[in-house]
Amino acid sequence: MNRSFKIDRKFVPLLATVGLFTIGYILGAIKYPGMARPQTFFNLFIDNAFLLIAATGLTLVIISGGIDLSVGAVIALTSVVAADLMENVGLSSLVVMPLMLLMGAAFGALMGGIIHYFKVQPFIVTLAGMFFARGMAFFVSLDAITITDPIYRSLSLARIHLIGKAFVSVHVIVAFVVLAVFMYLAHLTRFGRTVYAMGGNEQSARLMGLNVGRTKVMVYTLGGFCSALAGLVFSNNLLSGHGLYANGLEMEAIAAVIIGGTLLTGGVGYVFGTMFGVLVNGLIQVLIIFNGELSSWWTRIVIGLLTLVFILVQSTFTSWQRRQAGIRPTRKRSDAVATTSDGAVVPDTPTS
Amino acid sequence: MAESDQVILTMTGISRAFPGVQALQDVDFNLRRGEIHALMGENGAGKSTLIKVLTGVEAPDTGVINLDGKEVQVKSPQHAQDLGISTVYQEINLCPNLTVAENILIGREPRRAGRIDWKRMNAEAREILLRLDVDIDVTRTLGSYSVAIQQMAAIARALEIASAKILILDEPTSSLDAYETSQLFGVMRKLKSQGTAVIFITHFIDQVYEIADRITVLRNGKLVGVYDTAALTHLELISNMLGRNLVELENVSKSRTRRAQSFSSEPLMQARELGSTGAIEPFDLDLYAGEVVGLAGLLGSGRTEIASLLFGIDKPDHGTLTYDGAVVRKYSPLASIARGVALSPEDRKAAGIVEDLSVRENIVLAMQASRGWFRFLSSAKQTEIADKYIKLLNIVTPSPEQPVKNLSGGNQQKVILARWLATNPQLLILDEPTRGIDVGAKAEIQKLVVALAEEGKACIFISSELDEVLRCSDRVVVLRDQEKITELAGDEMNETLIMQTIAGS
Ligand SMILES: Nc1ncnc2c1ncn2[C@@H]1O[C@H](COP(=O)(O)OP(=O)(O)OP(=O)(O)O)[C@@H](O)[C@H]1O
Ligand SMILES: [Mg+2]
Repeated sequence: MNRSFKIDRKFVPLLATVGLFTIGYILGAIKYPGMARPQTFFNLFIDNAFLLIAATGLTLVIISGGIDLSVGAVIALTSVVAADLMENVGLSSLVVMPLMLLMGAAFGALMGGIIHYFKVQPFIVTLAGMFFARGMAFFVSLDAITITDPIYRSLSLARIHLIGKAFVSVHVIVAFVVLAVFMYLAHLTRFGRTVYAMGGNEQSARLMGLNVGRTKVMVYTLGGFCSALAGLVFSNNLLSGHGLYANGLEMEAIAAVIIGGTLLTGGVGYVFGTMFGVLVNGLIQVLIIFNGELSSWWTRIVIGLLTLVFILVQSTFTSWQRRQAGIRPTRKRSDAVATTSDGAVVPDTPTS
Repeated sequence: MAESDQVILTMTGISRAFPGVQALQDVDFNLRRGEIHALMGENGAGKSTLIKVLTGVEAPDTGVINLDGKEVQVKSPQHAQDLGISTVYQEINLCPNLTVAENILIGREPRRAGRIDWKRMNAEAREILLRLDVDIDVTRTLGSYSVAIQQMAAIARALEIASAKILILDEPTSSLDAYETSQLFGVMRKLKSQGTAVIFITHFIDQVYEIADRITVLRNGKLVGVYDTAALTHLELISNMLGRNLVELENVSKSRTRRAQSFSSEPLMQARELGSTGAIEPFDLDLYAGEVVGLAGLLGSGRTEIASLLFGIDKPDHGTLTYDGAVVRKYSPLASIARGVALSPEDRKAAGIVEDLSVRENIVLAMQASRGWFRFLSSAKQTEIADKYIKLLNIVTPSPEQPVKNLSGGNQQKVILARWLATNPQLLILDEPTRGIDVGAKAEIQKLVVALAEEGKACIFISSELDEVLRCSDRVVVLRDQEKITELAGDEMNETLIMQTIAGS
């Protein structure tokens, strides 16, 4: 096939985000030389590893046509329960960590099951899940619990050197593994393609003989797993657990997913794009810190505006694409005949 | 072989009720190996419901399904596929966001080491489509193609299930042109010779006589009878379907004296060099009150594009449009509705019905918009209007409050038509108004169009069925390759000439 060097149109939103980040970072580095240091760049990943993990899980949920509002609350719940089990019950972190992932996955599976089998809106179910998880976190402990588990501490401090003295944390490695696994799932497995099909048209996906129910439960299970993993990374970073952590984080994650080029209505999007959505979020924070004068609330304002812009771009983009519809193959003219069959009128000779 | 050996499927005593409707009542159906079996009946007769029961989309209230001599309970469409039943449902049920190749192969993608092999998938999908003589880029999203291509993709998907013992096609040809239909028939014949049983639903009677071996007729959810095609005349078939004789519907406008170009007044709408790059080449068109102008041409020849321009969905980048003596400056559907123009769109699912609203709400929708949202239409008045059109178009629904998504395909089409008729437009543009509509209702709609013109309305009539265009229109505009070729009136208006013009010979 002679594919001309032309970028597929469906990648335009994704490329826009990648471009935005690259240009933004370069301009920043020109203005603030500190940003040109490799470590500043790596910090972007270190500081946002948990958000990247949470947003990656959420990407699949959104592509499937759903939403998960419980992300932030599950992060908080994980941090508190993990801290409680380690500090007050005395379990080793090596036991606690898998247990937490299991808890997150089970929580997600439960929500997915309710959404599918009782046909309740994902918005409602995960909203309830959010209140439940946040409430449970405070039920376990009203105050912050500091974690002293030695393995947990050494994990938190571990540095993996990449270039010279510049390093990343274990969290970044974990985030990249999650990202890679999800990219594989989304684009190269039947499960992943069913997720896209569902997001495009769930009824059609069912009539095509795809296993919509199992896929849906699976998507929320993975979402819950990612939230719990993000919770572990979050608490490992701070070495404590508290019910107040990650308040409203689901909104930041949703914004990152959208800025990463995923359609909020489902069916279209890239896991890879979400990484850039998260990076753009991080970049704005870095710029504000280097600037030193702007209030940190500017992050929210800029993210809000960017999300809006991206949604607008996507909606004009989709309507433009729809107008391109109507392409038909070319065919030899001699073959062309117009339909004459009808039947509304009874022919004079009935058996003609 | 004894006949009973050939039977692959029997459905016995199938009943299925929906709130307010007995969609199927004690229906028997049987299918033989290697036959093409047509399922016929009016809109709302229960054809699609029977298919849905067979393929596990709907569970029957009563009744038994025997497949290959074994009783089966089909639990889901997936289960039906596993049993060797491959289906193309009436509404195209594919995912517009996925590529054409994926739509054809998803669920059965070629894999290598557990991973989807995209290269092979694209190649296979291309090959399957080529068998239907459709040569397109399968890596583009399905939604970027026309309804006809989407339909071909849906058919390709069903054909792909190699192990299929039964192939079900629910109105596959309603959006296809004659060539595409003939390709499909070729494939159907081949499958038949290989022993596959095919269930074929259509409202095109000629197609049934061309291809079907036997016909099962349903009416109001009940079985009327099973017939050998060769032993049943057109007339008998139609009266079996409708339960009445069709002579009264005969030849809508053969009696109608076509108006010569004797319009003294100014044209109602006048297009001069109107065009839009990539959609339709600049064209001239005059439209007078009291006439029906037909647009003839293949799908994709620019018919729908003309309709979109005249209704303001697309903006022209060339030429002028005059309406009622004034140059049109604002192109939008809303402005068009305010001017008294209405368009009943071709793709009812994407551009027409609001599935979750009731029949009444769908009918008064455009009318409400033309009145402005704040001038409220009393609910008694709304019901009155809805009732009027339900009766006029014979819309089969238990009540005006039924959500439109619960209506049969053909009846949904009628609801759209009612919506635009209700706005009482001066100019009515009908894009494929009779797609998927049964013979009786088709004749009613044709009559209605002619009657509207006689009342002094102008009408643009678009249809792939040439004789329908000829029957209703005073003039016919012929299009080819997104260009207006010519305009025919009077004696020139005959099938042969139009077909030659379309073919460009
Ligand atoms: N989900 C549903 N809920 C309520 N009523 C339904 C539902 N599905 C179908 N019906 C009703 O059952 C009847 C039979 O519908 P069906 O779709 O089988 O008709 P059909 O013969 O396929 O008609 P068409 O030629 O218009 O496609 C109709 O009156 C329809 O309104
Ligand atoms: Mg039907």
